[in-house]
Amino acid sequence: MNFEHILFSIEAGVATLSLNRPEQLNSFNAKMHGEVREALKLVRQNPDVRVLLLTGEGRGFCAGQDLADRNVAPGAAAPDLGESIEKFYNPLIRALRDLPLPVICAVNGVAAGAGANIPLACDLVLAARSASFIQAFCKIGLIPDSGGTWTLPRLVGMARAKALTLLGDRLTAEQAEQWGLIYRVVDDAALREEALKLARHLATQPTYGLALIKRSLNASLNNSFDEQLDLERDLQRLAGRSEDYREGVSAFMEKRTPAFKGR
Amino acid sequence: MPRTLAVLPPEQGVRLITLQRPEALNALNTELLGELAAELDAAEQDAETRVVVITGSRKAFAAGADIKEMAERDLVGILNDPRLAHWQRITRFSKPLIAAINGFCLGGGCELAMHADILIAGEDARFGQPEINLGIMPGAGGTQRLLRAVGKSLAMQMVLTGEAIDARHAQRSGLVSEVTQPEFTVERAVAIARVIAQKAPLAVRLAKEALLKAEDTDLASGLRFERHAFTLLAGTRDREEGIRAFQEKRRPDFTGQ
Repeated sequence: MNFEHILFSIEAGVATLSLNRPEQLNSFNAKMHGEVREALKLVRQNPDVRVLLLTGEGRGFCAGQDLADRNVAPGAAAPDLGESIEKFYNPLIRALRDLPLPVICAVNGVAAGAGANIPLACDLVLAARSASFIQAFCKIGLIPDSGGTWTLPRLVGMARAKALTLLGDRLTAEQAEQWGLIYRVVDDAALREEALKLARHLATQPTYGLALIKRSLNASLNNSFDEQLDLERDLQRLAGRSEDYREGVSAFMEKRTPAFKGR
Repeated sequence: MPRTLAVLPPEQGVRLITLQRPEALNALNTELLGELAAELDAAEQDAETRVVVITGSRKAFAAGADIKEMAERDLVGILNDPRLAHWQRITRFSKPLIAAINGFCLGGGCELAMHADILIAGEDARFGQPEINLGIMPGAGGTQRLLRAVGKSLAMQMVLTGEAIDARHAQRSGLVSEVTQPEFTVERAVAIARVIAQKAPLAVRLAKEALLKAEDTDLASGLRFERHAFTLLAGTRDREEGIRAFQEKRRPDFTGQ
């Protein structure tokens, strides 16, 4: 698959999407947005893909929006940033959240602006020890987008969410792990391999069931307790009809390793 | 055999009709509308059928009318349109009709859904009347039933902008009664249909008629109709059975008499 600003491959059930504008710290321009969207469509349409791994090339993960695309000349009309969010960032965040499979994000370096919030829309986030998260928006007069104002208070609590977004300070990967912003910190040299190992493991698991877990946890953030109990009932009913559930139970009874197919 | 519908024989009193024009997102062409009207006529006559559930696909309940077909009709063609007679037959259906809606429910599709007595929607369903975008307007009850369901401001906004609303919005505004996971829309609709199918058929029929009266008459006339319908049921055997079963703490066995 030929892309200019991303690398994309599918192997043994794992789709790997790597942002690839290393000179610009993988910041987004319109073309990269288009390519990421195209790749996510391929992921969605290919029944063989059971896990998505998102990462970046070079020393950064993603520096958010490429501001070279956004230079506001003196006297020129203000750009409509809402339109750019509506057209590019919100669909990307929704697509990651709605993908019916586990999405792993390996944050290989600095993650700033939208680049700091994109990982938070993924399901399992690993970060290199040298990586960092910067809610840089406040420094140029903007607000955190790409879901940041929604995910941050839920992940780290309101006090820390406000400090991160109002100060725009650099948060180290280790601090991010301690605060519960991400799942795990990994040594720089081991990050890609660790993330791939995790992805390959998940790709052999009952991924249909994993997708239902993801769906139920995502929904729980908006649901009342009663609504969530009803949702658990419904999704468990679906899970119980899957081939993987049958396989899981029979393998357990027959004391063998199950062979899951993700359906 | 209808070509644009899949019809299952009634099970526990419930007949399931599935719109099936996948190539056109179930757009309601004249053939489909005619077949649907004929199926409802058949269900009307069939004593085994107590309730009908109508649904489309996961992607679309029905995405509108058939635009190509519509384009070919001039003023006189529309005056003599056979579709009007089909819609009237659907409107006349006297048994409970439940719509199980997933995906697009637009234009004529939304109007069809609003012919149902109960609307159940999957979370990703979208409701709209986009006719205005084509320089036309809803022509099968869209301006009337939508306003009665959601009130003036939202109905005006939907009909005049052509913009759709999602399932949760539709539920908040009273267009649909329940929102469920898309995988369960049909099951949920059928489960509700089965509950209704166990009730006394004559009581169900008159109760439906009385509720629909509320939409097109003043309160005093509606109350008068309700009282007459209520009185009529006093002459049925099912009323005796229902009350006796309640007193004897057992399940009633309704016969439709």
